[in-house]
Amino acid sequence: MTWWQRFWRRNKMEEQLDKELRFQLEEHTNDLIAQGHDPEEARRMARLALGGPEQVKEDCRDARGTRWLEDLLQDGRYALRMLRKNPGFAAVALLTLALGSGATTVMFTVVNGVMLKPYPYPRPEKLLWLQEKTEKATRQGNLWGYTYPNYLDCKKEIRSLDVAAIRFSGGALREPDKAEYVNGREVSSEFFSILGVNMVRGHGFSSEDDRLGAAPVVIISNGLWQRIYNGSPDAIGQTLVLDSKSYSIIGVLPASFKWADQPNLDVFTPLGQDTSPALQRRDRHGLNVVARLRPGATLAEARTELDVIGHQLAMQYPDTNEGRTFIADPLRPNVGDVGSTLWLLLGAVSLVLLIACANVANLLLARAVSREREFAMRAALGAKRSRLARQCLTESAVLGLSGGAIGVLIAAIGIRPFVAFWPGSLPRAKEIQLDWRVMLFALAVSLLCGLLFGLAPALRLPVRNLENRIRSGGRTVAGHSRRLHGSFVVSEIALAVVLLVSAGILGRTLLRLSSLESGVNIHNVLTARMELPPATLTVPGQILPAWEDVLNHARRVPGVESAAIVDTIPMREGYNQITYWPSPALPPANQAPEALATSVSPDYFKVMGIPLLEGRFFDDHDRKGSELVAVIDDVLAKAAFGAQDPIGKRLWIPDTYSPFSDGPTGADVVRVIGLVGHVRHWGPAGDDDSRLRAQFYYPFAQVADTNLRRWSEVSSIVVRTTTPPLNLVEPLEREVRGPTGDQVLNEIQTMEQIATATLTQQRMLMLLFGAFAGLALLLACIGVYGVLAYLTSQRVPEIGVRMALGATAGNVIQLILRQSLGMIFAGVGLGVAGAVVAGRLLERFVAGVRSIEPFTFAAMVALLVVAALFASFVPARRASFVDPVKALRQD
Amino acid sequence: MALKSDLPQGTLDLLILKIVALGPVHGYAIAQRLQQVSRDVVQVPQGSLYPALHRLEYRGLLAADWKETETGREAKFYHLTRKGRAQLETEAADWERLTEAVGLILRLAEGGSR
Repeated sequence: MTWWQRFWRRNKMEEQLDKELRFQLEEHTNDLIAQGHDPEEARRMARLALGGPEQVKEDCRDARGTRWLEDLLQDGRYALRMLRKNPGFAAVALLTLALGSGATTVMFTVVNGVMLKPYPYPRPEKLLWLQEKTEKATRQGNLWGYTYPNYLDCKKEIRSLDVAAIRFSGGALREPDKAEYVNGREVSSEFFSILGVNMVRGHGFSSEDDRLGAAPVVIISNGLWQRIYNGSPDAIGQTLVLDSKSYSIIGVLPASFKWADQPNLDVFTPLGQDTSPALQRRDRHGLNVVARLRPGATLAEARTELDVIGHQLAMQYPDTNEGRTFIADPLRPNVGDVGSTLWLLLGAVSLVLLIACANVANLLLARAVSREREFAMRAALGAKRSRLARQCLTESAVLGLSGGAIGVLIAAIGIRPFVAFWPGSLPRAKEIQLDWRVMLFALAVSLLCGLLFGLAPALRLPVRNLENRIRSGGRTVAGHSRRLHGSFVVSEIALAVVLLVSAGILGRTLLRLSSLESGVNIHNVLTARMELPPATLTVPGQILPAWEDVLNHARRVPGVESAAIVDTIPMREGYNQITYWPSPALPPANQAPEALATSVSPDYFKVMGIPLLEGRFFDDHDRKGSELVAVIDDVLAKAAFGAQDPIGKRLWIPDTYSPFSDGPTGADVVRVIGLVGHVRHWGPAGDDDSRLRAQFYYPFAQVADTNLRRWSEVSSIVVRTTTPPLNLVEPLEREVRGPTGDQVLNEIQTMEQIATATLTQQRMLMLLFGAFAGLALLLACIGVYGVLAYLTSQRVPEIGVRMALGATAGNVIQLILRQSLGMIFAGVGLGVAGAVVAGRLLERFVAGVRSIEPFTFAAMVALLVVAALFASFVPARRASFVDPVKALRQD
Repeated sequence: MALKSDLPQGTLDLLILKIVALGPVHGYAIAQRLQQVSRDVVQVPQGSLYPALHRLEYRGLLAADWKETETGREAKFYHLTRKGRAQLETEAADWERLTEAVGLILRLAEGGSR
């Protein structure tokens, strides 16, 4: 029999035990009678020989090994009975716990879904992410995307991995009645098999497809298949026109497929067919490389192999690969600063849970004191201390688990609204579900809470002076628990201070950041990425006229005031940079100062509302052949020329990054013609701390012919409107479609939307920290109130004596308030220390936060002290109404 | 009963296993037999016999079933499991070795002190 069988059949076993002992008694008695004893005497002797039958039975039960389970069940039942008998206590405790654990479970569910869950590919732990790594770091760090030749060499040499490369792509998809922009990737043929994805229709790429000159083929997403082909199986073999090139559809992906965290990828084409020359160069980085460990291979082996290959290539191609090697890391969700936001929130919500625990511990402790007589009685009857402690802990565990169960219920209901409430889009939002990890977490948290608040009453169990305690009941020993109660209140207040100050810091930060000027006039500006047809891009001479044509069409749309093209948009992802020097004596290559570089058409400053401080903007005369010109912001002016007037000065642009040439020219000389205000490119929060702030604008018309194509591929169109900009999206799209109808807008956003998105993290944190801090304040006040009410009620006789001796109501209120002030100040002291630490954390993980703000500290602490004093005033006032006569008679 | 404390730790289990090894037997008979065989030197308090039996049963060294005695009453008869027999053999061998060793040392002490 296993122990649980024994446990389930324990009733039958009890019967048998009883029968066995009865048999023993009877046999012994019979023997004794046979030996000549009197029957009565024989029975007595037999019983004596056996010892107390109940004691023997207990020992036998102990021998069974299921004792703990039986006790647990008994204690559990007892605990539930106690809860039912005290519905008020149960309701308050459960509600407090449910709020705390519900909020914690919701946060953990989000953390789990967004960050902890592996990607939904088969055996995700075998998937790796490869990058290039250099010995020297640049501003972007020392990790790089792969170059195609490096990828091919790694693939050829490596034994422990299957590898696949991925490159950004996408383009205008021609449909019967319109064109739409679709995102996609160029992938090497092994990509889908490495991820373990099977097509629902057709088949994946073969190695035949993955080379120059092969027949153009495409794999489409399930969404695109439904959208355009209504899910018809005939789609396989049909032709898809993408950027004016025809592809034959060979496969359809399952609806569940997603590449890493990239949403909306609709077209996949073989990377090997890409003819762009940049792909063949060993100095053009940017490929993503994913790999799967071959059976039996380990990550360490793969890393060693990659390192060896890296060294070989460095020797073979010193120009490009010196000091460069390859690294592998497990493929894990990368969710950017959402990660730190979520951890901060989980931390905050845990503090709320701790406060809830302290409250429940208070309640339990107060109850334990009033149950002291019961426990003393049981101890006197022979219950071991450990047994009583176990019962206390079981009771609190039952409480914790019930609270946790309600918490999970709250989480189940609340998780969808919470995710929907998240501003912007939460990465991997679909992965956020209550799964076994969440359940395990909730269970662990509930049990931990139970242990946490059950410990105090359990440790206070009576061991000595049982008699006194039975006689006295709870009242006279209240003093023993006063310090413990006090320490709970202190810690609650400390935790509440931490949350309140954090919320205050975030609130101030948000206020400060939103009041900062972005440097552009964000109202009534529409931005969109835009692509010219590939046919146009191949002929440099056609590119500028094509853009001019687009702008002319855009200006024709009613409501458009001005229009411009630009390669990077303020506060949106992406930037370009140059290095500059104010004299021809150039410093060593990596020591020249850097600046953000933006190529614009002349009306750009007008569209964005960037103020001209001095000089002039660009005009149509700034074109190829005329003198190279630039407009700079005040930051660059100050860095390059100090207090001197920058207008008319010259800047030397080293050829490494120069847009004006694509070859070794040494440096291009540019004349500064205008000075404009600084634009917070990195958003209000990040800009002050960014090291790359200086801004350099140059005319798109002066970009070297060889660079024009690349510049055009990343360009956007911006228009200033006289009406709400989103109303103009449709007419604008119609107007700029171009002669072939292939020119489509994508990533359409207003500048207001872009600016708002920069503060998403701060706003979300502030809102939730605010909510948590409010909850914490409420719970802490309830705690203060509860403890003081309890302690005061224990002191009623004392107060009675004082009043009988002449104390006034005012004296009594003072007495009680003094007691609470002591606790409040101790809590505030600890809390401020904690808040300093919390502030440092926020400063580190949230852009724009200044952690030490005395005003915020003072205001928040004052708020808490007032609230806590108010909470303690109620019991104090009640105490002042004590009738001395009744109080003295009470016992 | 007086000899309870004189039984070295674990000896009771060994004795019970040995008695049970002689054939299926109920608890009362085990106590009787221990007393008889040891000529009244070993008196096992019945209060510790039953917990010991149960412990051995739940450790899988003994098994039990309900059978009729010669007098026609139902009693719980214990018998040795295969695991119990192996345990008895090792424990008995250990015991032999131990007593032998203790005996040797005791005899040595008589002559060696001079």
